[in-house]
Amino acid sequence: MREIRFTPTPDGWLTAAMEQLGDRRMPSDLLWTENTADQPALPGLFAEGPDEGLTANPPVRSAPAASVPGEFRKLLRMVACHRDRSKWALLYSVLWRLTTSQPRLLAIEVDGEVSRLLTMQRQVQRDVYHMKAYVRFRKVTDGPDDHYIAWHQPDHPVLPLAAPFFVERFAALRWSILTPDASAHWDGETVSFGPGMTQREAPTDDALETAWRTYYAATFNPARINPTAMRAQLPGRFWKGLPESRLIAPLTQAVRASVGHVMDTRHHMAALPMAASLPELAQAATSCTGCDLHLAATQTVFGRGPSNARIMLVGEQPGDQEDLAGEPFVGPAGEVLNHALEQAGIDRSQLYVTNAVKHFRFVFEGRLRRHKAPRPSDIVSCRPWLEAELKAVQPEVVVCLGRTAAQSLIGGQVSVEQQRGRFFSSPFSSRMLLTYHPSSILRARDRVTQDRLFNLLVQDLKTAVA
Amino acid sequence: MSLTTKLKFLAEAAKYDVSCASGGSRRSGSKDGLGHTDGHSICHSFTPDGRCVSLLKILLTNYCVYDCVFCVNRVSSDIPRAAFTPQEVVGLTLDFYRRNYIEGLFLSSGIFRSPDDTMEQLVAVVRTLRQAHRFGGYIHLKAIPGASQGLIEEAGRWVDRLSANIELPTQADLVQLAPEKQITVIEGTMSQIQEGVQAAREEKSYRRAAPAFAPAGQSTQMVIGATPSTDATILATAAHLYQSYGLRRVYYSAFSPYPHADPRLPLQAPPLVREHRLYQADWLTRFYGFSMEELTTTDDPNLSLDLDPKLAWALRHRDRFPVDVNRASREVLLRVPGLGYKNVAKILSIRRYHRVTLDDLRKLHVPLRRVRPFVLTPAHSERFLRLDRDDLPSLLVKPAQLELFSASLDTLSGQL
Repeated sequence: MREIRFTPTPDGWLTAAMEQLGDRRMPSDLLWTENTADQPALPGLFAEGPDEGLTANPPVRSAPAASVPGEFRKLLRMVACHRDRSKWALLYSVLWRLTTSQPRLLAIEVDGEVSRLLTMQRQVQRDVYHMKAYVRFRKVTDGPDDHYIAWHQPDHPVLPLAAPFFVERFAALRWSILTPDASAHWDGETVSFGPGMTQREAPTDDALETAWRTYYAATFNPARINPTAMRAQLPGRFWKGLPESRLIAPLTQAVRASVGHVMDTRHHMAALPMAASLPELAQAATSCTGCDLHLAATQTVFGRGPSNARIMLVGEQPGDQEDLAGEPFVGPAGEVLNHALEQAGIDRSQLYVTNAVKHFRFVFEGRLRRHKAPRPSDIVSCRPWLEAELKAVQPEVVVCLGRTAAQSLIGGQVSVEQQRGRFFSSPFSSRMLLTYHPSSILRARDRVTQDRLFNLLVQDLKTAVA
Repeated sequence: MSLTTKLKFLAEAAKYDVSCASGGSRRSGSKDGLGHTDGHSICHSFTPDGRCVSLLKILLTNYCVYDCVFCVNRVSSDIPRAAFTPQEVVGLTLDFYRRNYIEGLFLSSGIFRSPDDTMEQLVAVVRTLRQAHRFGGYIHLKAIPGASQGLIEEAGRWVDRLSANIELPTQADLVQLAPEKQITVIEGTMSQIQEGVQAAREEKSYRRAAPAFAPAGQSTQMVIGATPSTDATILATAAHLYQSYGLRRVYYSAFSPYPHADPRLPLQAPPLVREHRLYQADWLTRFYGFSMEELTTTDDPNLSLDLDPKLAWALRHRDRFPVDVNRASREVLLRVPGLGYKNVAKILSIRRYHRVTLDDLRKLHVPLRRVRPFVLTPAHSERFLRLDRDDLPSLLVKPAQLELFSASLDTLSGQL
């Protein structure tokens, strides 16, 4: 066994290997020992390559270039950065076979030795990629220019392989990348490599990280949570260098705690009983807290009417008087409705009358509570109650009084003026009809319009029962 | 409203756009600028949904005059609204980029006032980044459908990728869920982009210094599962888009139910496996020589949720197997379930010097269980063949859990 001492760089090793090849020494006769005395900080530091141009290359003693395929040199440059020292003997063995008997050896990826080298190469490449991806600079203001400093712990000493990337990308900045093996510093002109450093020597914060974390949390889609896939891509060993990693646990837990909340608004309704009768539903609704309207309103105003009603009228939301009485359509709008029903020859006691939103939404104007239209989120939060009523009553015809009811049961932008008076179907009922809300008649700008709208309401109600 | 609050609202509003690619174009770095693009996508982080964070993905504003039912930013939604100034977007992009958080910017917007008004603002952002700050990072800009040709042309000169979302697979779906949008308008914008790309390519052929136009090409996104359109319809639309407008990618986004959604939308999300199968089918047509029509049948216009589309195709065509790994052509090998296009290339290279055995396939990390019934290798000929068995699918498919885990991985790698 012959011990070969060499400088552990691609060039240092290649020079030594060429000498051994020249002397026709078999791979099994050689023991490769890194010459630690003149070992540079990093094995890849004096790597050659036209794309580098970072540091002066030491002249290669002999020039064996012709006999070593370029493909092998590329492989050597990467594998030299692998932490596993058995790489040197492996490289020599492959080089031996390449130059003596199997010139196409590198194409045979399934060969045992080639496969091991390629695996090492992949691991180094992956690590270079991780460095490009997961280095996070922190801005330090010292002196005239800002200084961007990052700490990163790669699996292999790959800093020299990754440095050209940062030089090109951040040529105009002053930056340093610190790793346990070495550090790289760019001053705007050249890169210099220094000794390794610990995380404690790196800056601990950057004011912008709050914004970055805000972005990270906001761009996450809780509906698709998949922590396993995340871990496969972002291994835990890199987390300590990433400012956003502290959010991973809380974001994941928050989703677990609120499963369903995001996915399905029905879960707002803790109080919504399954397959219940109308009285049970009405009772349960009194304690609903599915949206914040219950905070200001007096009480829940649930629907009224027989459970076998053929026709169901759906209004918008209770008004001031309904809120106090706890019954739908008992105020001024209720009077208009009663009047219209009378004209249409319909007995109100045979109808089920309810609202899309079951709490009064208002703003104080002095001591007066002025009606305020419900928000889309209020409509959606309350819809499960309306659905439950539809299910319990199973009316033949559903009449939407005004836009809000239609938004709840049909969806989208609704125009009462254009869509009223015709039957159509929706997921909730096969026979739905849209008409004016009685209060829109009260709000009409003149007597003539009021009469016109009232007549249309009567006409539509007649259509509904026909 | 503080900048951080705006960032929160406008990132939340943008996250349903799934594209995060940042490769496919090159811009070299410069001493007086910031950033470069070396042609490779880099994922700078991953969120707990397993998705990559590569670009700062935000909307300029989430005010929108449209009422697309599936969209969280529709005019009838009562989410909080915010708007960045172009200068704020420029500042955030540069600040994030300097700290190596991102590869660049993905900018889209709600439509305020008109498509042209919106597009003008978007162009102002990218122009400032490229001109005033000599920003060399990646920029993916959403073209606003219906914006004028001049604005699209200017945008194309500044950005790496320009794209318009098709949103839904058919015009009928759009009528139902995105009443103000029309496929003809969206495709009109796509063809404007395509014209720009082609013109720039032509000019470059005789003048090397000619300016590039969206060098990373255009992509689009389709929401799936919000309408009853079948996979066959979705794939046909994708094939048409790839062919007509030279798209680089079609992204499929499983409709994601969100709070306070419209009653016209399904309450449940379609299974994520469906989205995954569409991506697999998409890869098969782009890299494996399949045509979209081969992947579904008239009896079953949807892709199987249990079997990947390549395996399902092979099981429908058992008479074409087994194939000899050492003799079959590239086209034939690409159709073997479990042989990804990278491994096919390796096999073709290796077999020139060495007979490929079953053990070699194992060394290439080929999933043997799936591959074995469909190939002949020197070590095993007839004895593993079970092509005539009725229960073949169950013998070949991984347990469901594993399948879901690997789903997100092979969607990225495209190895099937």
